[in-house]
Amino acid sequence: MTTPTLADDIPVLELHHASKAFGAVVALSDGTIEILPGEIHALVGENGAGKSTLIKVLAGVHRPDSGDFRLDGKPVSFGTPADSKAAGISVIYQEPTLFPDLTVAENIYIGRQPRGRGGLISRSTMRAEATKLFATLGVPIDPERIAAGLSIADQQIIEIAKAISLDARVLIMDEPTAALSGVEVERLFGVARSLRDRGAGILFISHRFDEVFGLSDRITVMRDGAFIATHTTGSVTVDAIVREMVGRDISALFPKEEAVIGDPVLSVRGLGRAGVFSDISFDVRAGEIVGLAGLVGAGRTEVARAIFGIDRYDAGSVEVNGVPLRPHDPQSAITAGLGLVPEDRRKQGLVMELSVTRNATLTLRTALARFGLISGAREHALGEDWSRRLQVKTASPDLPVATLSGGNQQKVVLAKWLATDPQVLIVDEPTRGIDIGTKAEVHRLISDLAGRGIAVLMISSELPEVLGMADRILVMREGRLTATIDRTDATAERVMFAATETLESTP
Amino acid sequence: MLVVVTATINPLFLTPQGVKDLLLNATIVVILAIGQALVIITRNVDLSVGSILGLVAFGTGTLFAVYPGIPIILVFVIGMAFGAVLGAVNGLLVTIAKVPALVITLGTLYIYRGVNNAWAGGTQYFAGDRPRAFSSLSTDTIFGFPLITLLAIAVVVGVAIVLAYTRAGRDLYAIGSDPAAARLFGIPVTRRVLGAFVASGVLAGLAAVLYASRFNAVGATTGTGLELDVVAAAVVGGVAIFGGSGTVVGAAIGALLLTTITSALTALRVDKFWQQAIVGVLIIAAISVDRLVSLNRARKLRVSEARNV
Repeated sequence: MTTPTLADDIPVLELHHASKAFGAVVALSDGTIEILPGEIHALVGENGAGKSTLIKVLAGVHRPDSGDFRLDGKPVSFGTPADSKAAGISVIYQEPTLFPDLTVAENIYIGRQPRGRGGLISRSTMRAEATKLFATLGVPIDPERIAAGLSIADQQIIEIAKAISLDARVLIMDEPTAALSGVEVERLFGVARSLRDRGAGILFISHRFDEVFGLSDRITVMRDGAFIATHTTGSVTVDAIVREMVGRDISALFPKEEAVIGDPVLSVRGLGRAGVFSDISFDVRAGEIVGLAGLVGAGRTEVARAIFGIDRYDAGSVEVNGVPLRPHDPQSAITAGLGLVPEDRRKQGLVMELSVTRNATLTLRTALARFGLISGAREHALGEDWSRRLQVKTASPDLPVATLSGGNQQKVVLAKWLATDPQVLIVDEPTRGIDIGTKAEVHRLISDLAGRGIAVLMISSELPEVLGMADRILVMREGRLTATIDRTDATAERVMFAATETLESTP
Repeated sequence: MLVVVTATINPLFLTPQGVKDLLLNATIVVILAIGQALVIITRNVDLSVGSILGLVAFGTGTLFAVYPGIPIILVFVIGMAFGAVLGAVNGLLVTIAKVPALVITLGTLYIYRGVNNAWAGGTQYFAGDRPRAFSSLSTDTIFGFPLITLLAIAVVVGVAIVLAYTRAGRDLYAIGSDPAAARLFGIPVTRRVLGAFVASGVLAGLAAVLYASRFNAVGATTGTGLELDVVAAAVVGGVAIFGGSGTVVGAAIGALLLTTITSALTALRVDKFWQQAIVGVLIIAAISVDRLVSLNRARKLRVSEARNV
């Protein structure tokens, strides 16, 4: 255990022993962090460790119940996000908070638009400023377009542009890279480094250790709402950090079990959809985990949606056990034994307001019904059974899913599909935004499923996950399959090469 | 086109008097629609405007009856202040009780109407009770435009400038676009939404005074059902019902369009019930076009971004 090493610099921002409770739930018991000017500081911890609460305290969204909060050594107290912003703290939340109906320029300057004659907003000045800003960042975004429809990466860039234009002294980023691909992450980091070099203090939350170690100068670990330690990045190892995060050793992060691989269950032939993907052919065999890798936007999710029948396709066929699936008909896909765990579990995988039980049994409404009515008791028994088998951590299965942590929500989505006894399971980014402890549990679950003879197609942007879990890796680039790599031959370099190759060479 | 067809079939429609009537009829809805647009842009709605108008209009009639010599300008000020108070009640209930505006203003629609009924009873005030100068506001013209129409145009221009070129105005769009993000961003959401409701009340108060000037009788049922015309005008004028986009110029044009259509259909002697059906079709058409445009825009952006990859 080390304490923060105070350099000659006075921390631009420091918070000591802050606590925050919501009713009976203590979200933060000892929030402690020091950010020096000109450093990049990583904040790590499992989901539920209190990182987001800590950030919201710094941002003025939550008022801490107790604790000592100082800027430049002077005590401060923020009542609203506006106070925090006025003090030079800029926060980029996990989900970008842009206003979809406003233009990009306006999104950057909302609430402090440059004013010209008569105190009225000068749109031309605003546009010019935004253009200048994007020129410094080296990104080609049109400041006059509306924000709706921007990619997540561009939205993050705009959030950063906003922070720069605010002349932020402290920039806080909550998992900024969760939805970005490799190239976009690099661009984001380039910007973060140049901000640091200009003397800003940067705090970022991440679950990706390569980023934490590649970017940060210091690392603070939190667990169960409390500060554990702050380390200088060079003097600490991943293993040590993981131990502090979980409070125990994690023997294997990717517990791949060897499974007997059987006959092809899912066969995709020549699948294509104009402008999205084309000529996609592959098999997934019983007991096999096939990883589908590629950059964000390569068309992986779209392929999964087409296979499952959510989207139409123009060419090709999908067969389960040799029987063709009707295109554009998810119900028949479910009947044929297909399950899909979607990328965005909040919006597509779960009904957030419904209970754990209801969600877990949602796919079984017909089976559970008698004379067209669903039996509450049977629903309950089944839901309870599954949440126990998957070790879903919830105070009661009757609580809404929204109250669970990300990892536990993912388990409920898995339960929902496992209850249908599927033959093929498509999982799209199964561990995005899930803390490391639960991540391993989700991996174990998936591995376990394959062991029971289910064919698994796993889409993932996290290379270690793909390399660790998959028996075979398919790589997509710009809507096409560019490589199939066996587990034994798979290396991070080969996958990345197949995913990016022509991107470098095309003008 | 509608105007041309109607004018050929019923030549009375385009006479100076016909045009004047059309503008006069539109004026009150235009002013109400501007207020409504402000509220809808923040992802709220004000269903009580018809009742506010009724209450203030009756109040105006009462003022003139009780104080016959009262200065006209003072009547305007009192009417707008009264409207502001009624709007503030809406705004406070919406922002503090955090109940959807649809429910709150549906409630105040009935409450304000009930108060109006209790206050007015069977009493009605007629134009004869009011000074001639007041009524002439609606009959006098400058270059063929009725005075109150010019007033409405001034209001449109004023509010349009506030919405487009002041920070407070832009905040309304941000709030309607994503209320949660607006709060996180430190935009004073409560204050702005309250402001929009007060503005809607003030404009309803103004419309009410003009109503008393324009129409003969004000009583317990004045303005009943007007709120739906006003919401329709805003929506037809391109104000997105889920907030975040639209302009008051659009809302004003929507109000003018709806009034024109109603007048045209009347001039063509189309059955009153069919007129309503046509207005309904127009609302749905407006929303469909809006939806199509935004889908199209999203697709175009997707395609252009796909090329960037």
